[in-house]
Amino acid sequence: MAKIKYIEFNGTEHEADVANGLSVMEGAIQNDIPGIDADCGGGMSCATCHVYINDDEWFKKLPEKEMGEDDMLDQAFEPKSNSRLSCQLIISDDLDGLTVHMPEKQV
Amino acid sequence: MIKTDVVIIGAGPTGLFCAHQLGIIGLKCEIVDNLDKIGGQCIELYPDKPIYDIPAVPKCTGEELTNNLIEQIKPFNFNFHLSDRVQELKNENNKWLVKTLNGKEFETPNIVIAGGVGSFEPRKFPTKSAEKYDGKSVLYSIKDKTIFRDKSVVIFGGGDSALDWAIELSNSSKVTLVHRRDEFRGAPASVQKIKELSDNKTIDLITKYSIKDVKGNGSLESVEIKSESGESKVIKADYVLGFFGLIMQLGPIAEWGLNLDKKTIPVNTENFETNKKGIFAIGDICTYPGKLKLILSGFHEGALAARGCFKYARPDEKYRFEFTTASSTIKDRLGVKE
Repeated sequence: MAKIKYIEFNGTEHEADVANGLSVMEGAIQNDIPGIDADCGGGMSCATCHVYINDDEWFKKLPEKEMGEDDMLDQAFEPKSNSRLSCQLIISDDLDGLTVHMPEKQV
Repeated sequence: MIKTDVVIIGAGPTGLFCAHQLGIIGLKCEIVDNLDKIGGQCIELYPDKPIYDIPAVPKCTGEELTNNLIEQIKPFNFNFHLSDRVQELKNENNKWLVKTLNGKEFETPNIVIAGGVGSFEPRKFPTKSAEKYDGKSVLYSIKDKTIFRDKSVVIFGGGDSALDWAIELSNSSKVTLVHRRDEFRGAPASVQKIKELSDNKTIDLITKYSIKDVKGNGSLESVEIKSESGESKVIKADYVLGFFGLIMQLGPIAEWGLNLDKKTIPVNTENFETNKKGIFAIGDICTYPGKLKLILSGFHEGALAARGCFKYARPDEKYRFEFTTASSTIKDRLGVKE
């Protein structure tokens, strides 16, 4: 279980306890947190669950991107070097306290 | 005006198998899809990716799955209307009148929405100022490449479309290719070619930059790009091309008075009918308790929706369940002889 903080582009904060094994994206969808669309449902084929990890320490601590994630991020709205696809961030106790920022929009 | 038993919106695996089930029970259908080819997400998003959870098929690619489904419905000779989109629905005397973007019209008692997450549209630049030039000098696809001759063309993107067009247009235009990072996702041979063209100054290659603004006075004059650390550059541009892949938009489906839950359509699980009589929704676009976004679930949903369509297409007949192994009627429909 990990407590994840989701911050919308307008600054609205949401917190959710997300079970291990789910993704950060699923944590948002299951808790009706706006700002993450996840059109493809977690298949790494749509780039609509894009988030920023603004804390550099956290960004480095996350599991590395797998092949294909950066390719999808190319197609995301305003990707930056601290961008991740939240469907690829799988919850474990290690992620407790992670904060993700949502982009202005997902497409 | 084409009269038919069912109009299927979406030629992905779910729509195709629903067509098969309609053919098996003796109904006719017409299939409309926004893409220029059959296969939906399978063909557009992952034609080469193996799928491992199609029952009795241990492994197949999106393209193989599509080709097999096309083969499976061949005996029924259904019409496909590709590169077209259902725009308007109107109910008249228990029939749906369907109009497409290209002006086709259908009259049908049943519509099956198998639209995935909506229709594929090119992903556009986030900058507001680009909208003004959309379709004129800011383009997301190329129909006539001769318009670029001797012009300054700035191309954004890192995939095959961006690379291929940069290579192609470099013969006769001043090409600048801008991409947000140093790695490209295009084919290795194209990436190699781009690097050569950049080394010998045939094209300008700018990485780690993205679009900031487009500028012009009536006609497009330049494009401003920015790096993540805030530096910016202005490049002269007659045309700006963006290749960021496709996104899925619900589009006109949202305007047909259907109940919506986020981007999905709630249905009953008996026949996958929506809140509108004669409109069914199957596959990724439908939702119900326990819904799984799997191709195999879409097949099941299509089979039941097809039976639901029978009731409205043949109100005076009783639907009789038959197996393909035993029914001579079905074998006739399939054109198989024993």
